[in-house]
Amino acid sequence: MKKIMTGNEAIARGAYEAGCEVAAAYPGTPSTEILENIAEYKQIYSQWSVNEKVAVEVAGGASIAGARALAAMKHVGLNVAADPLFTLAYTGVNGGMVVVTADDPGLHSSQNEQDNRYYAMHAKVAMLEPSDSQECLDYTKAAFEMSEKYDMPVLLRVTTRICHSKSVVNIGTRQDVGVKEYKKDVKKYCMIPAFGKIRHHIVEEKLAQLRDYADETPLNRIEWGSRKIGIITSGISYQHAREVMGNDASYLKIGLSFPLPERLIREFAEGVETLYIIEENEPYLETYVKSLGLNCIGKDIFPICGELNPEIIEKALKPEKSRTVYALDIPIPTRPPVLCAGCPHRGIFYALKKYKDVVVTGDIGCYSLSVMPPLDVTNTVICMGAGISAGIGFEKAFQQAGKNQKVFGCMGDSTFFHSGITGLVDAVYNKSKLAIIILDNRITAMTGHQQNPGTGKTLSGEAAPIIDIQQIAKAVGVKDENIKVVDPYNLLETQEALQKAYEATEPFVIIAKRSCALLKEVQKNRANLKCSIDTDKCTQCKMCLKIGCPAIAFKDGIMVIDQASCNGCTLCMQVCRFDAIERTGE
Amino acid sequence: MTKSLILVGVGGQGTILTSKILAEGLLQLGFDVKMSEIHGMAQRGGSVNTQIRFGEKVYSPIISSGEADVLLSFEKIEAIRYLNYLKPDGTLIVNDYEIYSLPVLTGNEKYPKQALEMLKSTVPNTVVIKASEIANNIGNIKVQNMVLLGAAVKRLGLLDLDWISIIKDYLPERFHELNIKAFNAGINEA
Repeated sequence: MKKIMTGNEAIARGAYEAGCEVAAAYPGTPSTEILENIAEYKQIYSQWSVNEKVAVEVAGGASIAGARALAAMKHVGLNVAADPLFTLAYTGVNGGMVVVTADDPGLHSSQNEQDNRYYAMHAKVAMLEPSDSQECLDYTKAAFEMSEKYDMPVLLRVTTRICHSKSVVNIGTRQDVGVKEYKKDVKKYCMIPAFGKIRHHIVEEKLAQLRDYADETPLNRIEWGSRKIGIITSGISYQHAREVMGNDASYLKIGLSFPLPERLIREFAEGVETLYIIEENEPYLETYVKSLGLNCIGKDIFPICGELNPEIIEKALKPEKSRTVYALDIPIPTRPPVLCAGCPHRGIFYALKKYKDVVVTGDIGCYSLSVMPPLDVTNTVICMGAGISAGIGFEKAFQQAGKNQKVFGCMGDSTFFHSGITGLVDAVYNKSKLAIIILDNRITAMTGHQQNPGTGKTLSGEAAPIIDIQQIAKAVGVKDENIKVVDPYNLLETQEALQKAYEATEPFVIIAKRSCALLKEVQKNRANLKCSIDTDKCTQCKMCLKIGCPAIAFKDGIMVIDQASCNGCTLCMQVCRFDAIERTGE
Repeated sequence: MTKSLILVGVGGQGTILTSKILAEGLLQLGFDVKMSEIHGMAQRGGSVNTQIRFGEKVYSPIISSGEADVLLSFEKIEAIRYLNYLKPDGTLIVNDYEIYSLPVLTGNEKYPKQALEMLKSTVPNTVVIKASEIANNIGNIKVQNMVLLGAAVKRLGLLDLDWISIIKDYLPERFHELNIKAFNAGINEA
């Protein structure tokens, strides 16, 4: 049966057809929909884990217990999960284990554009790289088979354009593999040094076998066309290259990206006049090809930074071709992403902006948009968790410099569960004066509303215990008087809490608790709540514009609030000095 | 011969749903189809685009500049932003609708007047659809995407398919009537 699917949907389908029994992930663009789609297959147990390390460990445990298991994450998530991955490469598997890494060339929604193909080489595990949705399905199944055959976790590496592109897929049926028998085997599964040493030798043997397999497998294939130009490529770059060059070139399409097929590469190189390597980001393939003593052209003409596309390839390989394009030579406004109308994060950042002498260490989530004007209050955004931990470092460095400068560390609820709790413990233990703000909007918002340990629901929508952030703060030793739970829609309450935190000489935690304005239930409940401006009272001081709400505009000479997007949060009303804004509805 | 279609707009306007319905329809018409969208941060009021390519065999899901047969813009300025994608003899379908971005709202940047007139004088095949006005008259501005879908399907010459049943597949039943009305209005308008 033919269906049109995204790469993420096809990976989920592949896991289902391969008989996957257990799947775990932490949401992260562009990987999030893999688990959301796996959750639709009720034969698979699936869960949101608190972070990627936990997800890989859950999948690893399930695999050793005998189940085919999958963990999925965005590229930076694999940094978090690298620890279990590297040692699971030693223990190997029982049921097949697949780890999906979704890289983000072009940084559509990420903090860096690291190339995770190097992880396969570094962790010493096989890596498959599909180039469309059909291959996402096929390679996921192949990855499970390969994992069991070579007794190792297998990495499936995709990129944003694979994850979020739809193409036609032939779907099949589920293979009933069941859960294998588990037998205790400490020499295989307990990586104490004595056993780890032995396993390392076994890993090297398995990699040698895999190298032979790489030359034989249909996952790597040569497509002969004109032999004047030969192109070695993989993933989405293969599709772009074929689009541009058609039969004017020959292709070696790499599907098994680690280990690479030495004999096949030599055979291909010998069969073509000029050899090009087309790959996104790092010269991963190019470095290998050059290490074989083969001449090739790669990053000399193709960029390391950003995504590739057919046009970039055409400019490099067919520079004579010109394009006629329309252009309208007038300046047009930029359209950066913004915090939504009614976003509960707005109140806390607006209040925080009043403190000109503080440093704010931010984190990964919608609230990273506070970096943009007019809010413009965040000093650093590094990675999940650094909102607290980097704040501790700032505070200690200021202390060393003899400066008494206040540091606020901000992160969301889901991020707090992901890797904020450890930072909080560190702050208390090391007697930091950090003021911590947990932007608790009751959901993992940025990635599209995934449940987390604070929301009371699991991935499959079942009721779950609610882990209370306030209780965690208390439990790790933040004093009662240093914990404030506020409603960020209430500016006065928020300002008072910030002032206390500002003055505190001990770790202080503010939990700004208010559901994301885009949650369906919130939208339904607040559908009739609207703020509007009385133009007679309005002096056009434009104070309300300083909160950076996309519903408020100075249009045709008057201030107006867009009634379609306003949810009556009243932040604008609270900053208006002339009582010119009122709220209607219930 | 591969055809390319680019849908552009502002996060929240329904470009992705429209693209999904179009891609499903093209599959049912027997084409090889690829569709590429970028979501994530751009959802929050940012500029968004989805690209659809269809034909006998499609390789890259990405459209190069000067290659789109149709540019379907849900907002006027976004039509200008992505105009370089349009083929010289391609069709521009543009919603007569303005969404001010934050830099415009705060007065740091200007929203150009006469955007529509400039587009019309630049691109001979410009079709202006008052999709938001039509959607409002039908009862909800949110169905402007279905008005534009109807217009695009008509202009692409793809009316020979049961689009209504695809729309029904992609939407909850309570929204069917409104969306189908909007879709039909779009066909008539184009």
